[in-house]
Amino acid sequence: MSDVVEKTLTALPSLLSLDSQPGSAKLSSTSKLGNLIRGITELTSKHEEEKLIQRELTSIKDQVSSPNTSMRQMKELMVRAIYCEMLGYEASFSYIHAIKLAQQGSVLDKRVGYLAVSLFLNESHELLLLLVNTVLKDLQSTNLIEVCMALTVVSQMFPKDMIPAILPLVEDKLNHPKEIIRRKAVLALYKFYLIAPNQVQHIHNKFRKALCDKDPGVMTASLHIYLQLIKENSEGYKDLTASFVTILKQVVGGKLPMDFNYHSVPAPWLQIQLLRILSLLGKNDQSTSEIMYEVLDESLRRAEMNHNITYAILYECVKCIYTIQPKSELLEKAAKCIGNFVLSPKINLKYLGLKALTYVVQQDPKLALQHQMTIIECLDHPDLIIKRETLELLFRITNGQNVTVIVEKMLDFLRISKDDYTTIDLVGKVAELAEKYAPDNEWFIETMNTVFSLGGDMMQPDIPNSFLKLLSEGFDSDEEDRKLRLFAVDSYVSLLQSEPNKLPQRFLQVISWVLGEYSHLSAELEPATVMTLLSKLLDLKHTSSETKSWVLMAMTKLCEGGVAISVAQDIYETHSSSMDTVLRQRAQELQHLSQDSELRGRVLPRDAGLMPLEVDSSLSFLDGFVSEALAAGAAPYKPPHQRQEELAQAKALSLEPYSLSLPISMSSCSIADRQSPTLMSMSSGLSGDSTDLSHKGGSTTLKLDGVKRVWGREGYLAQREPVEETAQVEVPSPLRSPSQQAEADSTQSQTPTPTVTPELEQDKQQLASSLFVGLGSQSSVCLMGKSDPTPQRFRRKAQGRASSSGASEKTPTSLGSTPSPVDNLLCNSLLDSNLVSEPTNQTPQASQSLDTTNGNCHEELTDVKENNPSLIHNNEEPDKPKDLCLSSHLPTELSGLSHSEITPLCSNQSVNLSACHVQKEDSLQLVIFIFNSSDSALQQMQLQVDSGELKLSLITDSPVEEVRSHSVAVCHYSVTVKRPSVHVEVLGMLSYQLPGGTPQTIQFSHKLPLTTFIRPLTLSTEEYGSMWLAFSQDTKQNLTLINDDQDPLTTTLNVLKKKLQLHVVEIIGVEGIVACQLVQDQPCLMHCRVHAGTLAVWLRSPVPDLPDCLLYHCQRALQEH
Amino acid sequence: MQFMLLFSRQGKLRLQKWYVPLSDKEKKKITRELVQTVLARKPKMCSFLEWRDLKIVYKRYASLYFCCAIEDQDNELITLEIIHRYVELLDKYFGSVCELDIIFNFEKAYFILDEFLLGGEAQETSKKNVLKAIEQADLLQESLVVFHSVCFFLILIFS
Repeated sequence: MSDVVEKTLTALPSLLSLDSQPGSAKLSSTSKLGNLIRGITELTSKHEEEKLIQRELTSIKDQVSSPNTSMRQMKELMVRAIYCEMLGYEASFSYIHAIKLAQQGSVLDKRVGYLAVSLFLNESHELLLLLVNTVLKDLQSTNLIEVCMALTVVSQMFPKDMIPAILPLVEDKLNHPKEIIRRKAVLALYKFYLIAPNQVQHIHNKFRKALCDKDPGVMTASLHIYLQLIKENSEGYKDLTASFVTILKQVVGGKLPMDFNYHSVPAPWLQIQLLRILSLLGKNDQSTSEIMYEVLDESLRRAEMNHNITYAILYECVKCIYTIQPKSELLEKAAKCIGNFVLSPKINLKYLGLKALTYVVQQDPKLALQHQMTIIECLDHPDLIIKRETLELLFRITNGQNVTVIVEKMLDFLRISKDDYTTIDLVGKVAELAEKYAPDNEWFIETMNTVFSLGGDMMQPDIPNSFLKLLSEGFDSDEEDRKLRLFAVDSYVSLLQSEPNKLPQRFLQVISWVLGEYSHLSAELEPATVMTLLSKLLDLKHTSSETKSWVLMAMTKLCEGGVAISVAQDIYETHSSSMDTVLRQRAQELQHLSQDSELRGRVLPRDAGLMPLEVDSSLSFLDGFVSEALAAGAAPYKPPHQRQEELAQAKALSLEPYSLSLPISMSSCSIADRQSPTLMSMSSGLSGDSTDLSHKGGSTTLKLDGVKRVWGREGYLAQREPVEETAQVEVPSPLRSPSQQAEADSTQSQTPTPTVTPELEQDKQQLASSLFVGLGSQSSVCLMGKSDPTPQRFRRKAQGRASSSGASEKTPTSLGSTPSPVDNLLCNSLLDSNLVSEPTNQTPQASQSLDTTNGNCHEELTDVKENNPSLIHNNEEPDKPKDLCLSSHLPTELSGLSHSEITPLCSNQSVNLSACHVQKEDSLQLVIFIFNSSDSALQQMQLQVDSGELKLSLITDSPVEEVRSHSVAVCHYSVTVKRPSVHVEVLGMLSYQLPGGTPQTIQFSHKLPLTTFIRPLTLSTEEYGSMWLAFSQDTKQNLTLINDDQDPLTTTLNVLKKKLQLHVVEIIGVEGIVACQLVQDQPCLMHCRVHAGTLAVWLRSPVPDLPDCLLYHCQRALQEH
Repeated sequence: MQFMLLFSRQGKLRLQKWYVPLSDKEKKKITRELVQTVLARKPKMCSFLEWRDLKIVYKRYASLYFCCAIEDQDNELITLEIIHRYVELLDKYFGSVCELDIIFNFEKAYFILDEFLLGGEAQETSKKNVLKAIEQADLLQESLVVFHSVCFFLILIFS
């Protein structure tokens, strides 16, 4: 404080003499405010200050209420009152006088009055009502300054209910000749929109006028409104995109007056506002995005000056580019920008760079990889804010391989963080990661222990709840469940034995529950021991009564055996007289149940969570009621969307007489689980467009969507949205040793840090390799959680049953027995001879398939050409030709058929894997090529493939065991679908050994679209009809219709036929029926109807999920068209 | 923008402007917490802070800290420039501004702020226009003219 006093005192004389200088508005320091301020600075203690201010306030109070005080004096008093309030002393008595001053003062006193009002009151304050009249009067004033003041106060605060009173006046101001008035009026309307959007709905077109205002200030102000409007409903404003783009173009091009330049950048605020609007408009909208590519590019190019303001624009640009539909050139430039931010020595830019990285890392994980060394440096940054943002980034790139390192870093941060908000947030994230990616039981339980102890009682209550749910519901394997629970019990017992008084309440509750439920799993743990440990918790001073009741509940579950019962007795005695009703009740329960073990067994059965509950989700018990109601003439149930559809159709006059036999036919069809198409066509015919019904006869028009089937065998058939296609993900090779990884990474990383010593560098590289594993450069892209190749350990049982495609989770089927040495020899010798006999052969096609006469050896060889042919697009050696014709290695029985493109699966230094498939009538043939790119032969090779969705059977009898240098081995599988899914995935692992080396494995995954398994199903209409009735799985949706000049339905169906290999059974008028089958013999039927410009599609099949998957592919096929 | 605070190195509040309705108690609590947090930060540290669910952008000019609270999706750098523009405006108005100018003439500082930011949004980004608006009102203040001559004056200035 002392130096400020000193500064004040020395500065005072000069301040006094400054009056005549520019900025001459300085208040005379002899004024009362000056005295007050000086008085305060001379004080030495808070107490004295308080006394002085109280004295001041009393004097202000006396003066303001005196009738003799002039408005001029009142103004002075208000300024002093504001000052006192700012120091933290209440001066509420002056509020009413502030309003009075605004009301009655001359134009200059008003200004202070309005200011005081805006500082003292907030929009819910009741005194504000008294201001309405003043504002009304001032808005109508001919004095511009008064109008300005009124608009200023209105746009800061105004009672919501009183908006209608002044709205017309404010609206009028939009046409005012002075731009400052127009601008303030626009902002006032913006404020109104924020607090009461429905009140300004009618003036939306006036906003457009403001947007076109000739004054840039007014136009800028209107963008605030548009940003808000577009945030809420971007669809409604797409038409303005071109205008926004034009404005931005003009601004960027320097068409605005120089006044709006800020550090020679044209109107940066305006630019940023526009960029934000554009990003909202272009989100998920290709055509709108295309309009803005050019101007974004221009903005990026223009913002090159080295100043904060250009960085602000760049940052907004980058965000916009990554939000709208991607364009590769722009993404490239944006990525470079982010790089500049991250690498900047300026800490603010670094922070924003990290933030931008966090924003884009899900789209572009490689970018994080490029900057890994910087990220690691940021992780140790002294500024916690940077550290925190880095953790946020790491959180987004977490996968099964780096989870331990990242969680450890997060926990480290939690230990030093003091901020409650950060703690709550981070604790939640750690818990999420732990649950998602935990590598093993021990780690999971220990991490959760740390989470519970660090998170304390602040954390979100759903963390302990979902943890307990996870434990009790269990996962796929009972054995695993038991191990996990046992480990939890053990770790909790040891925690309780050491220092239970340091544990937070929530954790204690978790511990008591788990011990109560599962301590019986531990053989060496006596219930009495646990009881004693728990009873100690009851004696702790700070244990809350909620926790105590958890503890008592746990003890009730445990009291078994002599010692335990006596402990229970003791507890009962101490707590039966507790003041807390709940505790008394729990103590009573404990007492009674400990006496009667049979009763306890019934009340608290062990593993109760595992017992399935029977729920009749089909509501079959209502059938009787429904049929009665239908027989009595009630209308059958229709889902809301269909009712609406029919309502729309009903606009046309219905000329048909009312229902002939509706009650009977409908009752029969809606009680039965499925309806016949013919019956349905009758019912839909009744509802509206029945004219064509009479022409064609009810039996042939298939109006299937008359009644939607929403109840199936398994209850309500929720309409499932097709799953968005997840990004193609390949399996990272976990086998790359950290050093290799680091090596590969460092060649990629553009940020070598020369300042660090080599050892440090190595540490960091180690860290980098453990953090960024799974974001691998060539093969592996792991987007968080989406389709992680590593198994998700703690998959909930509810969803867990569905898929267990994790490679390590299952025991892959071994690829048959060891091949007979004879075969091998034969094969090898032949191969050798082949090599010898055709040493000069340069064309790979010439290498003959060898297996025709030699039984089942499909192993073949490519000629070793003078330069190693690289199988897979090998980025490291771009010069080498990639002209390898793997297709020549296709097994002979497939060689005549057309095969799919050969796609690379994975590769490392010694082996390249690729695959292709051939569609046969009854199955899909999958061929995997193993190319040995090393200089020595691969031995003891074993290829294991597996899939949760597919059934794979090896066609080659003897699996290949050895691949010679620079040659190819082929594995041939016949594949059928076990369980349909939009994309089916084959996971595989190749293990091999190089001579003199250790065994190595390489993993891969291969995705096949379901369409490769779809074949046409030839049927007659009658067969179709009977099959339709028999199928239970269905789904329904509207698809886009391909509109051309001719018949849109036929065109659309032909597209589907061509792309998905469907069989079009018949097309009648606006309806069509289509059939297909999933190999082998799993039919799926489709009914299409053109309605209101869309194609209403209804799919049915006996196979679960098949209709949904097929629908997804139909949608895709039509979109691509 | 949710609010703007100006405080001295000693933690004394010099200016406060709240654009969201909050009770006095909350305002005091927030001010206290923020002043503490910001003053504890070292000079080379980042100008941005995550605080509760808000972003705090602050900058120090001589002995004064300018501190703004924005929402998460707002642009931090441009907020930093809003602070800078405000300082420029003060500087231009007072003529090389110092903390004392703001202490003794805080109501003027408020007037300038209100011309520059309205309801938490940048209202007028042209420096000239902001100062013009302030000076017009100031002229009135200095010459105790009657209403008619005020109108006369305005016509002169605005035309």
